[in-house]
Amino acid sequence: MFRALLALMLTLSFLSTAQAQDSPTPDRSATGGAQTLADIMARQNGENVDNDFRSSVTGNPENAADMNGQLGTLGGASDPDLWRAFRFGSADITASNNGPAATTLVQDGGMKWLKLREGPLATYGGYLLSATLALLALFYLIRGRIKIDGEKNGNKITRFKAIERFGHWLLAGSFILLGLTGIISLFGRKVLIPAFGHETFAFLAIGSKWIHNNVSWAFMLGLIMIFVMWVIHNLPDRTDINWLLKGGGIFTKGHPPAKKFNAGQKMIFWSVILLGASISVSGLALLFPFEINMFSATFYKLNSLGISSALGLGELRTTLAPHEEMQYAQLWHAMVSFVLMAIIFAHIYIGTVGMEGAADAMVSGDVEEQWAREHHSIWAEEVSAKTQSKNETATPAE
Amino acid sequence: MKSMLIAFVAIAVIAVGSNSFLGQAGFSSQEAATGTAVRLDN
Repeated sequence: MFRALLALMLTLSFLSTAQAQDSPTPDRSATGGAQTLADIMARQNGENVDNDFRSSVTGNPENAADMNGQLGTLGGASDPDLWRAFRFGSADITASNNGPAATTLVQDGGMKWLKLREGPLATYGGYLLSATLALLALFYLIRGRIKIDGEKNGNKITRFKAIERFGHWLLAGSFILLGLTGIISLFGRKVLIPAFGHETFAFLAIGSKWIHNNVSWAFMLGLIMIFVMWVIHNLPDRTDINWLLKGGGIFTKGHPPAKKFNAGQKMIFWSVILLGASISVSGLALLFPFEINMFSATFYKLNSLGISSALGLGELRTTLAPHEEMQYAQLWHAMVSFVLMAIIFAHIYIGTVGMEGAADAMVSGDVEEQWAREHHSIWAEEVSAKTQSKNETATPAE
Repeated sequence: MKSMLIAFVAIAVIAVGSNSFLGQAGFSSQEAATGTAVRLDN
C-alpha cells in the first residue's frame, strides 16, 4: 500500500508541471526579453520554467512592415515568432490528416512521460506486485491454510448460480489476460527486449496489443454483470464492523458472523468496481485516441476544489496538448491497474490455496455446508431457513 | 466448472467479434487519422 501511495505521489508531483513561480521575474533585458542562458539551463536541469514571457510572443500582424518594406512579407511574425506559436500550440494550422492531434506539431510532455513510465511507474509497480506476493507467501508460512474447523457432513449448498459464476470468470479471465499483456507492454523496452531481443518482443508486443485491446470489452461486460448481480449484497452494514474488529477471525479462534459477503469480500468487491471502472474509462481513452479527454477537466476540478493546493501541488495545468491527455491516461491506467493487480493477488490467494473449501464456490457453485456455517453463518442460516420453508410448502399437510 | 469454461470461450468470442466490428466500423487508427485523400490498403 505504501508503495502504491508513493507511486501515486510521484505521479501527482509529475502532474504539477505548472506550479506557481515564487521567485521574482528574472532580468531578461540583455536578450531583449527573449530567454536567457539561465532559462535554458534551468529547463535542461528539469526545473519548472514559467514560459509565459515567451509563449504569447508569436508576432503581431498589426505591427507588420509595409508590404513594400524589407520585412513586409513576414506579416508581422518572424520565424522565431512562428516557431513559438508551434511550440505553445497557438499557431493556426491546417493539416491534411484527420484527428484532434493532427494540428499539434510540437508538444513537450513526451520525455517526462517516457521517463516516468519506464522509471518510477515500472519500478514501483514491480515492487508492489513482488511485495504483495512475498507478503502472501509469508502469511501462508505463518498462518497456513485456513481449514474447515468442524466436521464436514458432505451436505452442499448453492452459493453462486451459473450466471454469477459466468460473470465472475468473464471478469477474472479477462483481467488475467489484460494484466499479463499490460505488463508485457510496459516492461517491453526496459526488460523484455534486453532479455529476449527485438524479434521475440515484436511478436509478443503485437499479440499483447491485440489481446489487450480486444479482451478489454469482456472485462467491461464482466464488471457490469458483477456490479448488477452483487451490489445489493455488498452494501456495508453493522455485521461488517464486528467482522473487521475481529480481523475476520483470521488469527483468532472462531469466525465472526457474516452474510453472503463478509467485510473483506466487500472491500474486494468495491475495489474491483471502483478501480475497474477507472481502468475502463482510462482504457477507453487509450482505445480511442484523442477522443476522450478527461485530465484537463479533472485538473480543473482538483484546482477549483482546492485539492491540488492541499496536496502541495499548486495549480495544475489545465491546458493540455492532446498527446498529454493520452500520456496521463496511460500513466493513470497503469497505476490503478498495478493497485488492482495487487489486491487481486490477495483475492486469488484466499480463494485457492489460502482457504479450504473456498474455490468450490466459484468452480462448482456449491460449497460445503460446514464451510458456509463457519465463514458466512448468517447467509447459511438464511439459505437453510429458505430451504426448510420450501420443503414445508412442498410437503402436503397431513 | 462449465460456467468457467463458457466464460473463457466468451472472452475469445467477444475479442474476435469486437476486433472485427471495430475494424469494419471505421475505428481503426489508420482510418481515424487519415483524410479523404488517402487510399488505405490499396
